[in-house]
Formats: sequence, C-alpha cells, structure tokens
Amino acid sequence: MKIVIVGHVDHGKSTLVGRLFYETGSLPEGKFDQIKDTCERRGVPFEWAFLMDALQAERDQNITIDTAQIWFKTAKRPYVIIDAPGHREFIKNMVTGAASADAALLLIAANEGVQEQSRRHGYLLSLLGVKQVAVVVNKMDMVDHDEAVFDAIEQEYRSFLTQLGVEPACFIPISAREGDNIAARSEHTPWYDGPTIVSALDNFVPPAQSGNQSLRFPIQDIYRFDHRRILAGRIESGTLKVGDELLFTPGQRTARVKSIERWSTQQSEQAHAGESVGITLDNQIFVERGHIAAHTSSAPTETNRFKANLFWLGDKPIEPGSTYKLKLASQEIACRVERIDRVIDASTLDTHEDDERVSKNDAAEIVIRTLGPIALDVYGEFVPTARFVLVDDWDVRGGGIITHALERSQDGYEAGGAALSAPNSVERFKRNRHRGAIVALHGDPARERKLLGLLERALFNRGMQTFTLSPKHVDLKQAEHDPQTQALLARNLAAAGVVCILDTPMAEGSSLRTFRMIADDERTAFLVVHLASADRILERTGRRASQDDEAIFGDADIIVDLEGISSLEEQIAAIAEQLVPELQRF
Amino acid sequence: MASDPHTSDIYQAVREDARGELTPSRRYSPRESVPDYSHLDELEAQSIYIMREAFNKFKNMAMLWSIGKDSSVMLWLARKAFLGHTPFPFVHVDTSFKMPEMIEFRDRLAALWELDLRVGQNKPALAAGETFPSGKISRVECCSLLKRDGMQQVMETYNFEAVVLGIRRDEEGTRAKERYFSPRNKNFEWDYRDQPPELWDQFKTDFEPGTHLRIHPLLHWTEVNIWEYIDREQIPVVPLYFANEEGKRYRSLGCAPCTSPVESPAATVPQIITELIETNVAERSTRAQDQEAEDAFERLRASGYM
Repeated sequence: MKIVIVGHVDHGKSTLVGRLFYETGSLPEGKFDQIKDTCERRGVPFEWAFLMDALQAERDQNITIDTAQIWFKTAKRPYVIIDAPGHREFIKNMVTGAASADAALLLIAANEGVQEQSRRHGYLLSLLGVKQVAVVVNKMDMVDHDEAVFDAIEQEYRSFLTQLGVEPACFIPISAREGDNIAARSEHTPWYDGPTIVSALDNFVPPAQSGNQSLRFPIQDIYRFDHRRILAGRIESGTLKVGDELLFTPGQRTARVKSIERWSTQQSEQAHAGESVGITLDNQIFVERGHIAAHTSSAPTETNRFKANLFWLGDKPIEPGSTYKLKLASQEIACRVERIDRVIDASTLDTHEDDERVSKNDAAEIVIRTLGPIALDVYGEFVPTARFVLVDDWDVRGGGIITHALERSQDGYEAGGAALSAPNSVERFKRNRHRGAIVALHGDPARERKLLGLLERALFNRGMQTFTLSPKHVDLKQAEHDPQTQALLARNLAAAGVVCILDTPMAEGSSLRTFRMIADDERTAFLVVHLASADRILERTGRRASQDDEAIFGDADIIVDLEGISSLEEQIAAIAEQLVPELQRF
Repeated sequence: MASDPHTSDIYQAVREDARGELTPSRRYSPRESVPDYSHLDELEAQSIYIMREAFNKFKNMAMLWSIGKDSSVMLWLARKAFLGHTPFPFVHVDTSFKMPEMIEFRDRLAALWELDLRVGQNKPALAAGETFPSGKISRVECCSLLKRDGMQQVMETYNFEAVVLGIRRDEEGTRAKERYFSPRNKNFEWDYRDQPPELWDQFKTDFEPGTHLRIHPLLHWTEVNIWEYIDREQIPVVPLYFANEEGKRYRSLGCAPCTSPVESPAATVPQIITELIETNVAERSTRAQDQEAEDAFERLRASGYM
C-alpha cells in the first residue's frame, strides 16, 4: 500500500518518516549512527529528516526538495512511504508523489496551525483522487500537548475538507521528534483515545480492484514481430475474453478478439484489469495507438469538447485560446482552452468567476477543445480514461479530471501565438499535430503508383496537411530532370508544415540522395518508406526496421512488410501505422 | 490455443536451455511448492507498460545491461513486454575490472538469447592508466571515468536518444527521488532540483534535441521483489550471488576492486530471500565507492552516473 505524507513546509513530514522508521525498527543497520555523524559534523541537533532528505541541498536548507519513496512494514502489511515536499516552489514534486498514492497523511504543526500549503495539499489530494486522508497534528510538544489547540485545528481543517467532499479518516495528535503516538499511545495525551500513526496506516483500505467495471483497454502500440499484428496495452478496467466483440473509439470500428498474447506466462483465454497484454483481432480493421477498446454495450464517449477540473503547475498562465498537447491514456492530441469558467485559489478555495488567467499553483474549471475527436469518460466510475495532463514546451504543466463530456463541435480550430512574432515550426507542429516532412515510397514502382494517392488521402483524412508533388509542378523546360529544384520545392512545402509525398519518378535511387542532402541542409524530415516483401524481412525476425542489409535497406527510414496484405486499404493502413508516429514526433 | 504454438515452443525451449545451463534448477523453489508471489503481478505489469511506452516513443533506444540481478530481471521483463523479442540493442559498459564470471555470463546469455550486444569501454582512460586500481585516482573518479564517460561514449557512438536502466528507488537516497522517465542535458547532467512532474502514468516523452532520457522501469521494485521474481520466473543470474564453499556470496555486483562479498550460507534463491527479509544492512554497503564521502554518490549521479 502506498502512503503519501503531505502538508505545509516545516510541519515535520520528513521527521515523521524518520521517527516512524525508528519506532518500528525499520532503520537499516548503521543508518542511525550515520545520521548522528552527519549532524555532529554539521554541528546541528539530531535530525530525523536526514533519513529521507538524501540530497546535499536538502540537508543544507533543511527542507525536502523532491519527493522520495521508502519501504517499511508493520505487523499487518508492507508500505511504500512517499515523502512529498511542502514548499510552495515544489508543488509539482508534491503532485508527482501524491498522484501514485492510495492514501495520505496530512501534517499540520500544532504551533503554526492550518497554513497555505495545508489547504492547497488537501485540495490537490482530492483532485488527484486520493480519497483516504488521516490528518496528523504534529509538534504537540510545542503547545504543551494542549487538547484545546488540537480541537481548534481539527474543527478548522475538518470544515475545509468538508467543502471538498473529503471525509478524513481521523485526526491524530503527535510529536514526531519525541515519538508521541507514533507506534504507541503517548502518556502526554491522556485525553486522546484515537489511533496511533501505525494503527491509522493499518486502518486504510487497500485500493479496490477494477475488474468488475466495464472494459477499458487503451492501445499502447501495434507490434508486427512476425506475421501477426498484435495490439499491445494494459487493461485499465474490466475483463476481455477471446471471442469478445470490441469497439474501438474514436472511429467506432469493431472486431472480435482472436487471441490473447503473453510470453512465458500461463496462457489463458481471459485478461483482467491491471494486466499488460497483447491481443490479435479476427478482422484487420484500422487501429492505432490511442484507440480505446471497450465492449460495444458500454463504450467511452467520442467527442472533441469536455469540461474539466484542472490544476496548473506551469510558469506561463493559461488563458482562453492557449494551446497545449493533451495526453489522455495513450492518446496524444493538440488542444485549445475554449473557456475558463472559474479560477480557484487552491489555498483558500476562493473562486473568481471573471478571471481570464489560471496562474501557477491555481486550480480552475475550464472547457477544453481537442483538434480531433478523442475517447474519454467522465470521472467517477472510470478513472484512467477520465483524467489527462497538458504538455507545453516538452513538459507536463498541469493535469485534470473530466467532469462533463460536451457536445462535439464542428467548427474550425484556430491556434494563436504571440501577436508580434511569425509562426514558427513548433507552433505549426502544435496546430497541425504533425511536423512538415518529405515522404518517398520506395521499393516497387508499380505498387507505389497505386498507393500514392490513397496514402495522401489517408493522411489528409486524419487532419494532416498533405500534398503530392510530381514533376508537373516544376517548370518542365528547366527542371524536368533536375532533382535539386524538385528537392528545394519539396523542402519549402515541408517548411510550411506540409507532409509532401513524392510522386514515383522523383523517388528513384539517384534522386533520393539529392533529396536527402538538400533536406539535411535545413534539418527537414525526409522519410523513405521501403515497401518490402516478407521473405526479406523474415531473415531478420524480431527486428523492427532493421537496416543491417545496406544493399536493400540502406536508404530506408521505415520498412513496411506488405506481404500477405491483399487489399489496398489494408496496405495503406499498414504504411500509415508506421509512418504516422514518425510524423507526429517533433 | 491463445498464442502461436510454434513460437511459444521455441521460446520455452530457449528458456529451458538458459535455465539449465546458466543457473541449475536446484537454485530455485521446487516448481510444486512455489510461494505465493501474486503481489509481483502489479510490479511486472507496470514495468512492461513503461518499457512499451519507451519503445513506442524512441526509435534509437538501448537497454543498459550491467549483468547484475536487476538487469537480468529487466531483460526478462523486456522479453515479456515484446512477446519473446528483444527489439533493441543492449549496452554493457565494460570497465575491464568486472569479475570474470560476469563477463562469461554476459557472453553466454547474449548468445543464447540472441541479443544485439554493444560493449562500450573508455579505452583512452584505461590506456593512460587513469584508474583507481592503478592508484592514480579515487574510487569515485574511477567510476566517473570508466562507467559514466564509458556510457557517454557508447551513447554518442550509436546516437541513442534514450537508454533503459535497471535502477531501483530502494537502493539509495538519490535514486529514491528519480522519475520513470528522467531527462539528462547535453552534458549528461541530472538536474535533480528541477525534475518534470510525473503523474497518472503520463511520462516525459517530449524532449529538446541534444538531450536524452533515462528510462527506469524497475524504479518501484525492492531488492526482495527482484529475488522473488527471479524465483518465480526462474531467471538465470550470475553464480556469484550464491554462497561458495567458503560461505561467501555477493549481494551486489560491480568491479572486483571495489566490491566485496558478504558472509552468507545462502546458496539458493529462497535462502537469499529469507536472508534479505531478516537483514538490516543496506544493499550497497558492499560497494566501496558509495562510502568515500557523505555526498559521493549524489555528485556522481548528478554528473550522469547510472
């Protein structure tokens, strides 16, 4: 069971962990003496917090900077203890620690009472889905173990939690430094008859298995290690069986489970929530990473708009129209903030209806619009498919839970950057959800010709900016056999954010080298898709796009095995499956 | 039948092979009385999820194989994640001071499981005799040159954008603060003061060109979990982990000059598990480089050590 320890800075979280380990005989041999030596060398009194605060900077400043995890056992069961920082500056580390916890101990120092982070952490716990909370009133020795002080804090904080809909498991008066009410009831608090820290931990209920819920199986990847096409992922809830009919959202295609794939694990015709498995389907429909499989009777919602409760960790505030990358289960898609309904100061629960900005460490109710339709659930019965994070400039900047699925909008989607700067390639990438690139099909000219138009259509229908470049687009008199001119044209199209597919005559061996050279000059993505036959690939079983055979694959960035795939539609799906992820990375 | 019987048979055969040849079956719990290890299912599924995320996101990815018990488990989990395949290269950073049994184990397992093994070595430093055993530099400086720089050279040679490592949070304090997907800057440095948030299994998969990511799929496992899993799955491990005739065994494997064995009669995996549950001694206490200064390991890791 995973327990996070949260609360305001300097209210004694790391000290509690150190003392808890000492009281339950969990300290590694020599650790007590090592901490003692460190403290003596630094000329400070014995400091329990040094058990967890492993970083030099943490010991220097005597605060926890980053979240840490440590293991210990009571007579009842093992625990993972997650120590989270209490300083305002490190909220993102607190969120990282708390997000994986099953229950929380929230510390409030008796001498300081309820502080800013006491409330903010309480709010974040409720948003992160940590429902079991025991409130620990620490440093009781500094207020002479006064029952009245304890009661006042309990009353104030209980009413705060009630506003959040959180019912605390208990309030415990302790002194972490002195060891009161940690493992044994303290004689200093004869007026208290509730649980100690250890018994409060043992009273928490382990997380429920989600096997009885409806099936949610987000597709993480598609593997083609041999002739089979395996859909890999982790079952987030429910159960799937061989023969079940599955509905894939978005797109609403269906197929039946043909087999469940595992390696060196007992084979079974069923797979349950929590298992990372692979499946094959009876029918080769188009499925890619991001699709969520469910039973047809209880599928997730497909839409491009939803309302959410969100917390924000980014330095740059959210404003209406701000654009981000949204990650929900295995889906990744560009999104825009359509509306900010309410901004909530998480440390006071004060709300501001007119605020047009969500600043760092604030929370908000907002409406988000995604570039294309996604599969989602409303938070409650479902959890993993009902929460998301927002990514900006390479990092996760915030997270939220979906409170309402809204009606799908058919309007155009507009992204906006700073008024005074020209759009750059990052912005184009964010709006288009893909980078500009030059793509050449290579291998079998007769086949390529048939596939070209269909490939552009397939990419276009996914919302991509596309163009098929052929010699007719170049001034014939001058440039008919001038790959350099053609390549420059293709590179400019790619710079404009377009996926530029080369018509067959341009994708021949000698031209390819010119294209490669000119593309490389400006670091333009140039992807050669080699359409191979199975016998060549078979020689290197288990290798994805292995390029050790220079003679055949020397120029290829992507190798697609089309052997045994007869319909053009499926051939296109096989190409898109490998090509699209390459286009969607920046 | 749920899976292709043909391929299953092949891999079953390879496994039997490796088990018998590299670690005799008497080292594990008898199959008819394997303890209840169901608590490992969740750890396993999480590690597989992380490896599959990494494989999906990074084209040039490698797995660092230190040949120790954790690496053996990680390699096994990779084969589970990719259904018997190991679709990326494995990197071993060879300091030249590893125990000979480790190198022998590495080469035999790599051949048996057909791994794409790439061995890296900081040859200039070795040629110049810039090592702790030569007496020229300290243990920590030696780790930094032969392991950290050795790894950096391999990463640069093959242009890997991501590397998968088998570190665990319970090993030592700074590792307890790691992320599953942990960025390193151009100089390999770890900015532990400013790590990206990681929540709800959404990892840092976007990164600036020139930087790289370390992926840690075993972060949530404990030392005992590792041995329990080795027992359950009968994963081959280097024989040095088992007690020899003198009643000594290694708890943690590294370079011969800086790693010492512990007194222990444990000659089977279940005996090792029992011993670990009872001990109060830290796992890396037999690794001399950690003990040189209070923050020796922290400085080493911040500069890019594993």
